[in-house]
Amino acid sequence: MFLLYFKTWRIPVLKICCVHFGYCVFKCVYFSVRHDIACHVTVCSFKMAAEDLPSQFDVVILGTGLTESVIAAACSRVGQSVLHLDRRNYYAGNWASFTFNGLLSWIEEYKNQQKVQITESEQVWRSLIDEGEDVVPLSSVDSSISNLEVFCYASEEEEKEEETKAPLTSCQPVNAETVSEETTGDSTEAQDTVTGDDTTASDAKTQNEEHEVSEPEEEQHTSDISEPSQSQEEKDSQPISSPADPPVEVEKKITYQKLVKEGRRFNIDLVSKLMYSRGALVDLLIKSNVSRYAEFKNIGRILTCRNGKVEQVPCSRADVFASKQLTVVEKRMLMKFLTFCLDFEQHPEEYQDYTEKPFREFLKNKKLTENLQDFVLHSIAMVTQQTLTEEGLKATQHFLRCLGRYGNTPFLFPLNGLGEIPQCFCRMCAVFGGIYCLRHSVQCLVVDKASNKVKAVIDTRGQKISCSHFVVEDSYIRDEQRQSTAYRQISRAVLITDRSVLPSESDQQISLVTIPPLESSAPAVRMVELCSSSMTCMPGTCAEERSKPAVLWVMYFNMRDTSALDSSSYSLPSNVHVCTGPDGSLGSDCSIKLAESVFHHILPDEEFCPPAPNPEDIIYDGDGPQAEGPGFDESVNTEAEEEGAAHEKNPSTEPAEMDSVADTTPSSEE
Amino acid sequence: MHGRVKIKSTAQQEEEKRKEKEKKLKAFVSARDAVLKKRSAGEHDEEALQLTRQLLSSNPDFATLWNYRREVLLHLETLREKDEVQKLYESELHFIEACLKVNPKSYGCWHHRTWVNTRLPQPDWTRELGLCDRCLSLDERNFHCWDYRRVVVKASGVSVEQELQFTDRLIGSNFSNYSSWHYRSTLLPQLHPQPAPDSAPNTSPSPTTSPQFHSHRVCEEQLLKEYELSHNAFFTDPNDQSAWFYYRWLLGRGVCVCVCLELLCICEDTSAHPMLCVCVCVYVCVCVCVCVCVAEREEMISCVYVSREGERVSVAFSKPVHAQSEGLMLVLDGQPQQVEWRSTHPRLRHSPVWLCDLPPGSISDMSNEHNLTIHWTEKHTHRDCALYTGCAESWCRDSATNLELFRSELSVEKSSVLQAELQSCNQLLELEPQNKWCLLTIILLMRALDPLGHEKETLAHFQTLKEVDPMRSTYYSDLCSKFLIENTILKMEYAEVRVFSLSNKNLTTLCHLDQLLFVTHINLSSNQLLRLPPHFAMLQCLEVLEADDNAIENLEGLYHLPKLEEVSLRNNQICKLSDLESLASCTKLTRLDLRGNPVHRTAHIESELSQLLPRVTALSL
Repeated sequence: MFLLYFKTWRIPVLKICCVHFGYCVFKCVYFSVRHDIACHVTVCSFKMAAEDLPSQFDVVILGTGLTESVIAAACSRVGQSVLHLDRRNYYAGNWASFTFNGLLSWIEEYKNQQKVQITESEQVWRSLIDEGEDVVPLSSVDSSISNLEVFCYASEEEEKEEETKAPLTSCQPVNAETVSEETTGDSTEAQDTVTGDDTTASDAKTQNEEHEVSEPEEEQHTSDISEPSQSQEEKDSQPISSPADPPVEVEKKITYQKLVKEGRRFNIDLVSKLMYSRGALVDLLIKSNVSRYAEFKNIGRILTCRNGKVEQVPCSRADVFASKQLTVVEKRMLMKFLTFCLDFEQHPEEYQDYTEKPFREFLKNKKLTENLQDFVLHSIAMVTQQTLTEEGLKATQHFLRCLGRYGNTPFLFPLNGLGEIPQCFCRMCAVFGGIYCLRHSVQCLVVDKASNKVKAVIDTRGQKISCSHFVVEDSYIRDEQRQSTAYRQISRAVLITDRSVLPSESDQQISLVTIPPLESSAPAVRMVELCSSSMTCMPGTCAEERSKPAVLWVMYFNMRDTSALDSSSYSLPSNVHVCTGPDGSLGSDCSIKLAESVFHHILPDEEFCPPAPNPEDIIYDGDGPQAEGPGFDESVNTEAEEEGAAHEKNPSTEPAEMDSVADTTPSSEE
Repeated sequence: MHGRVKIKSTAQQEEEKRKEKEKKLKAFVSARDAVLKKRSAGEHDEEALQLTRQLLSSNPDFATLWNYRREVLLHLETLREKDEVQKLYESELHFIEACLKVNPKSYGCWHHRTWVNTRLPQPDWTRELGLCDRCLSLDERNFHCWDYRRVVVKASGVSVEQELQFTDRLIGSNFSNYSSWHYRSTLLPQLHPQPAPDSAPNTSPSPTTSPQFHSHRVCEEQLLKEYELSHNAFFTDPNDQSAWFYYRWLLGRGVCVCVCLELLCICEDTSAHPMLCVCVCVYVCVCVCVCVCVAEREEMISCVYVSREGERVSVAFSKPVHAQSEGLMLVLDGQPQQVEWRSTHPRLRHSPVWLCDLPPGSISDMSNEHNLTIHWTEKHTHRDCALYTGCAESWCRDSATNLELFRSELSVEKSSVLQAELQSCNQLLELEPQNKWCLLTIILLMRALDPLGHEKETLAHFQTLKEVDPMRSTYYSDLCSKFLIENTILKMEYAEVRVFSLSNKNLTTLCHLDQLLFVTHINLSSNQLLRLPPHFAMLQCLEVLEADDNAIENLEGLYHLPKLEEVSLRNNQICKLSDLESLASCTKLTRLDLRGNPVHRTAHIESELSQLLPRVTALSL
């Protein structure tokens, strides 16, 4: 049933994409390996307990976040045998996207973990350790998330009418249609309350004050933590009333009940990032042909908050032309400045005197008005008050170069949430023979004392698997192995609201909102507002004409940002490569760069993610060539999903390799 | 090794591709031959449709095949029921759509689509509009699609408001788009017409207002919004021409006439839109021509001049005409006269000035008073001129100052509005001192407001223009010359003198010579003139010409100037004796100064000259 649901969603999505941008040359109706399915993939691996995994791999990778997944794909692509593990029952780690219900279970899990401190028994694997080998135990608890708080503002009452309504399944096809049609402007989008004067969020404030974490919507708290932290909020918005809803319902507020019931329509990201359309991630997706596994939507608006009002930031030529807030002279100044930034290196005389001074001063010197300075500093360059001129210019240049490649803003967002991206790379890895096991971790590393190199790992089921390289996500590392424990913390929030912060003609816009700090030392708050056509939230209903959006549900948490650490921060053998989790920046360049450097460490002479061949160029042994696309739909909806052991895919198509681990086992030792 | 994907080698791939290509070519050629054979055999059947379909879907630019297809369809149409015909043509539309994906700029496809829609019993215009929108969203400058869209809009009766919103949308997404701006300029006058036609400042008495006369006007309220829109565009990107052209149209909105002095032709196409015409002008001017934009000047007789001595009548028109075919009639003292009209120079077939000789003795007696009337029968207009007792000559004319002749291009606007626009442009110029579009627009605005008052600034701006846009410096020089001549004519008329002096001003070209009909003395020394063009022969009253220190090598224009007595051409580039031949037709010429010309090196020059110009008594070589 679940699968069927997905299928009905997918088709309209394809249409939308085609309209929005002609990006993916190769579009396949791809069945996403998300966490629900992943559960059952894991079941497979449990079943194999009797048969065990192959006992030797070139590379063992622990954690399925973006960096690890890219490394896995890159290694597998050039012929390395890869074992990719994750202790969780879903892909992508802290990069994951959840349905609302999935998110609730994630919260549960977090809470349980806080209570239960697992006592580990070391004895199980003692016997596997030979002479001359040392052991480095790994952490079994993920401590990268902290200070999680949830508040629900939506009514939690049961609603009687809810029960009389058509069952969820039957209304889905209808809603799927509305996704592609909802372009009319009567509805408002969800959003979140960012402005300090917003009363709807005020009760949340008092409740949270005891935590040292800053609430993203309260700017005055953002500097509580010792190190500057960047607060990001992400909010999922729900465009209004699908035509199919009975009119009565339009009068109702969205209840918690409804959120839960419609929870599958959400894909809530744990990190809020966008993809710079000329950033390292997009380039890699294109270069490696991984882009064929995902679909994207471009960000429609870049917003900022000034004097308590949410406004659109003019960043492209068309925006500047259409902007009503700028005078014509400001338009000229801004365009002139942006044109200069595009090739600022050619005119060193313009900024030379300011290289040691803050970017802000340079902007002032360029005679930009206050307005324009704010736009450039916070929303275009997205740097702080202290950032030096050259860095600010570079950031502006990067932003501008990304403009226009796929639309009027420099950003793309993957449909179905950011969690898609690591999964796409995992899929690529699997296509080239990588083996995947979820809910399967590594207890400890076996280190050869003589060479001080990892020679094997012992997995959670006590199997010793030898490998020449071990890649691990930071959260699996015990504190004993760390040299420094000073991290930044990123404050994040997920807000589900009933409309957009800035309603516009189309309620299907993804917006990036930057709220400049109130004091110059505080970090800016960045927020990504999503809409239902990004496949990340449910179409909402709201009829009351309120001037401000209401928050329905909020989750606050801190995520550890380890991106500043490098190999010298850990006392680990040299063939252990630590990958950091998501960082606080808007793009993912840092993670991709790290993946590339780890890859070159492991395989100095190989190319990083060369283009994957077209499906028709692959020679299959025995049976004739088969394209990967077509077989899917049928297999997807005909398989009975309840039987956990069943393969959800046609075995002849590539992704089958992901869960057909057992088949490959016997021969893998050749 | 297990699990590794095997990939075909590139050589293998190349080979496969090559074979594939060969196979396709073979199939194409044989199908083509089969189709052409069928056509010559006159077969109009389903198979023909099928075959042409295959060919066209790989090459939609094969016009012969489209023609054949139309023949087949017309034939099939006669054999089928109405709803089958509908189906037939609808499938044709689907097919064309597929072809357009192969080549969205295929002439054949778009033409065929237009044709199919005319044959379709029930055309679905909404779908066609949708198709156009999709095509334009892929390429907003696909003019094939624009053309087709116009057809669709016309046929389906989309409201002008909707269309205006459509242009709003396109301009909003990318304002570098002539098509949308131009479309806008055709929609606005329909949607917001200027209310009262008599509010036009041009209060010429002519009853013969053409129907198009006010059709390009837009009401003021809307105009202000449009000014704002174009400000937004050119402040955002001052180097983008499309908005500037639109702006120029907003400011002027006149009927535009390009007078091409070199070729003496009028490239006025009444159906062509003024904005297009401006574009054409600019490009044409870059080559050789001077562009004169006349703001809705009516065709009329602007001047009649009669001279007793030569018994000659000169008539000037508001624009070049061909008098012999225009039904021009001369009535002298109530008596229609049989006269022969001729232009001032045989090379001028269309000319603003025409001459005729009266029968000998008809007006030569000083003591008689005469009344002359020139009837222009085709335009239902006429002009009177009285020659009083004791006068050697007489004229009746419209003054250039009265008619605001030279403000022409932007003349229709209220000066307060123009003043505000000039301020906006000056503001932009402060930010972008090097922007040629801004400079040029400022020059035009200044001329429209006060040509004499702004003369100094105008000249300075021209200087900057030549520096920032050296590719067009000759064009700017010519334009500058034109404006200087206009200014001098104005000054001359204010002073009510018949002396035209414009020395040391870097003139590169001469224009408006028809306005100098009465000038007796002209001084063009120390300029950069290369020639005295045929139009110079319009200076029927000229007695003294000074044109020293130029680079003149051609004297064509000194032709039958009945009063010319003295010519000074020192330090010019006259090389050959033959260049001086036209002077022989000026019967009163007695003084000629040719010092500093290469011609003095010619052998026997003095004797040859005295033979050619026997009446010249004071010759300096």
